[in-house]
Amino acid sequence: MIDLKGYGPALAEGAVVTIELALLSLLLALTLGLAGAAAKLSANPLARMAASTYTTLIRGVPDLVMMLLLFYGGQVTVNALSDLLYEHYGIDFFIQFEPFAAGVLTIGLIFGAYMTETFRGAFLAVDAGQIEAARAYGFTRWHTFRRVMIPQMMRHALPGIGNNWQVLLKTTALVSIIGLTDMVRIADEAAKAERSPFLFFIPVAAVYLGLTAISELFIKWLNKRANRGVAGEAR
Amino acid sequence: MMPEWLLVWLDQNDIFTSSTLFHYWEGLVTTVQLVFLSLVIGFCIALPLAVLRTNPRWWISGPVWLFTYLFRGTPLLIQLYIIYYGVAQIPGIQQTFWWLIFREPFYPALLAFTLNTAAYTTEIFRGALAATPKGEIEAAKAYGMSWFLRLRRIVIPSAARRAVQAYSNEVIFMLHASAIASVVTIVDLTGAARNIYSRFYAPFDAFLFVALLYMLLTFALVFAFRKLENHLLRHQRPAAS
Repeated sequence: MIDLKGYGPALAEGAVVTIELALLSLLLALTLGLAGAAAKLSANPLARMAASTYTTLIRGVPDLVMMLLLFYGGQVTVNALSDLLYEHYGIDFFIQFEPFAAGVLTIGLIFGAYMTETFRGAFLAVDAGQIEAARAYGFTRWHTFRRVMIPQMMRHALPGIGNNWQVLLKTTALVSIIGLTDMVRIADEAAKAERSPFLFFIPVAAVYLGLTAISELFIKWLNKRANRGVAGEAR
Repeated sequence: MMPEWLLVWLDQNDIFTSSTLFHYWEGLVTTVQLVFLSLVIGFCIALPLAVLRTNPRWWISGPVWLFTYLFRGTPLLIQLYIIYYGVAQIPGIQQTFWWLIFREPFYPALLAFTLNTAAYTTEIFRGALAATPKGEIEAAKAYGMSWFLRLRRIVIPSAARRAVQAYSNEVIFMLHASAIASVVTIVDLTGAARNIYSRFYAPFDAFLFVALLYMLLTFALVFAFRKLENHLLRHQRPAAS
């Protein structure tokens, strides 16, 4: 085994933080993506415009700039709010804006925009006859959505979700820049203290490689499962 | 030189003075240099690598696969850290002339960005090359073209049309990814914004302005690539009636 000079347990804890961050961000991104796709496909022009503004803005700005804006801007906003509360109502209330929360929020927001496009394409790929049939059976809009659209849409959305997840996983490394003690941050500190960058960064890179490799297998399995009803199309 | 109203506005403004605007301008120049150079060099590396990657012999395509797998499977930030901190650790480098180059953070960052974009671009080109219709190659062979002539006249132009969409995404990805250069003390656009933030403690002014600049750059790129795509695919447009 390689000698990590006592940093092994800290790195392992950092890896757990990275995984938690990635999974929570994914959850937020999927939620925002579904909402965004619903807005983009809705008959309401206001909802459509809001959704396309959201996706256009997100795709124009680097993820790191977005993160810095949310983290530092969020702290300033929270400070101003707590000042206001203290002055007017005498409530002593202060929240520290955590890097973890800022990270989940930013990554979720960014990938929510990509997921919006993925889900939009997938919803459009569902055969219109399926929806008409559901209506003809007297399904409500919600039932049509849940029982007909979602299961059939998922098959088309999964490859896109998989790609977004792989990119999202690597984006989590950025949260170390705003001070989250994930495995990248710990490796950075250890590398500086011990003056041996290769010793700490290469294992971290290997963990990322391992995570992407496991994800790839899992996505393949999910794909197979989602396509099991479609003869000859299991990819 | 500058219009009157702009000068007046700048005088009344605490943050966007001519000195901070100049700081942003320097950052913009660094970002453009970094992204442009890494894309051009990365492209030149990726083209031959993609051809090697489609080679049926495993000992030719295998190493290229490993390169792209490693660089696509790990975060760019880690690659930047390994190169930036790692170069100084190479025994004896501090005595050679390479140290004069790699002492500046710009060059390790350029190396990391170049290798990263080369890996992604290789895979984009590989996909486009692999999708070349067999008939086009057979026709070229029937005309008696050599391997190289076939590659130059038939395979690469045909693949370029299929790759341009994915490559434009890679260019925009690279522009956005270049923001992490600020982490290794480079004053690029993001670096300039971080400096101005810490000087004035005004996150919204500093970062919203830089976000706007990135957005303008992104949309300029999107527009340019749309033009290029129209140009490359003009033979597929329906004839004007």
